[in-house]
Amino acid sequence: MMAVLRGILALGFALALWQSVVWASGVPGFILPGPWRVAQSLWGNMAMLTEHARFTALNLLTGLSAGVALGVITALNLALSPGARMLLRPLLIFAQAMPVFALAPVITLWLGYGAPSKIVMVALVVYFPVTSAFFDGLMRLPPAYQDMAALLRATPLRRLFLLQVPHALPALASGLRLAVVYAPFAVVIGEWVGSSRGLGYLMLMANGRGQTDLMFAALMMLAALSLTLFSFFEAAVRRFSIQP
Amino acid sequence: MNAPALSLRGDLFMGDAPLIRDLALEMPAGGWSCLLGPSGVGKSTLGRLVAGLAGTQRLAGALAASDGVPLAGRVAMMAQEGQLLPWAGLVHNVTIGAHLRGERADAARARQLLADVGLAGMEGRRPASLSGGQRQRVVLARTLMEDCPVVVLDEPFSALDAATRLMMQDLAEKLLKGRTVILITHDPLEALRLADRAWLLGPEGAEALALPDASPPRSYAHPATLDMQARLLARLQAVEPA
Repeated sequence: MMAVLRGILALGFALALWQSVVWASGVPGFILPGPWRVAQSLWGNMAMLTEHARFTALNLLTGLSAGVALGVITALNLALSPGARMLLRPLLIFAQAMPVFALAPVITLWLGYGAPSKIVMVALVVYFPVTSAFFDGLMRLPPAYQDMAALLRATPLRRLFLLQVPHALPALASGLRLAVVYAPFAVVIGEWVGSSRGLGYLMLMANGRGQTDLMFAALMMLAALSLTLFSFFEAAVRRFSIQP
Repeated sequence: MNAPALSLRGDLFMGDAPLIRDLALEMPAGGWSCLLGPSGVGKSTLGRLVAGLAGTQRLAGALAASDGVPLAGRVAMMAQEGQLLPWAGLVHNVTIGAHLRGERADAARARQLLADVGLAGMEGRRPASLSGGQRQRVVLARTLMEDCPVVVLDEPFSALDAATRLMMQDLAEKLLKGRTVILITHDPLEALRLADRAWLLGPEGAEALALPDASPPRSYAHPATLDMQARLLARLQAVEPA
């Protein structure tokens, strides 16, 4: 209850600050609209905003799921196979050093303006942090448990799933947290580079037409989407009491 | 159970650095051999050697069982931190060996062993809700579940309070009967209470210790035990690790 009150208070303060900047600076509405105008635009364009938000959210979730699934599978394979480690680890380090966002134009060139390029973009951005965090966790089984596995003559596969995976869950949660934070960036950048739908597309279009209030309304939708995603993630981590 | 006697002879190295020279340990079949020494002398390294665990330890000499069969797969180990799985119940923790090998886990026997170590009715608990002594009871049950003829105990009770430690010593002595036990400890009283044979370890080798006449578990209050404890404590203070 107190948390909700504090949230409302903080929101009220932010809105008041925003409105006072608008008043004090006297900038015209098409440069910086006040919160009231943005709210009006949000309400008036709700149907259109929801339609675009649905497209963005769907690509976001599909890409996130695909990236997480691929990352988890890669990490498990790396942990099991020294051969795979030798081949893929340098590649993984190189891929982390490369800003994946910079690939957006090329991905759009290859996959077109539709959903697939956004999904691939999100999956790529999510894949590397999830893979490396989970893999690190899998390889960091405490020495005492390594001894235990050796003494009990564990098979490699059972050692992986009965000891390494449970120990690596907090590390996986850290990777997922990064994924959940990066994924909305990725989908919006994908839409900026080339799209005819989605909140990112709507923001570019509204901005170009001087409909700054609509641009801000789309931004609000995007923020709500990211926050919802993050809250679901946090709730899941608490539910399974995994401490990253 | 046909527990073999163990013979360990030679020089113990950690990498290229010598730890203990001229070891000549004849550990009796089905009895308790105690390796006593201060921290850093190489006791645990010796335990890892017997258990066949990975590491840089190396024996220039020979470690052999009296029955001529290799030790691999016949040694169970219990350490100070029992490495219980915090996310699993007690029965799963006791049967983890079978799970890790992909064998069928005998839950009924695990329950029996948990009862033997005094944890009947607590099978559904998680390790976090147990006291330190209770956790080591679970580890003892797990060690018994493996049913190995040779058991290495690497300071299994040193994190427990004094009274609990004495209780656990009695319990372990009772339940590990018939197995060849190697107890690694820095506690002279523990060695004096439980050992059939005991050695004081130092860089220059292992010195066989005289033990009280009574059979283990010996009373901690007996004057002979107390007198030997006092003398051993003085000796331990004088040992310098290599």
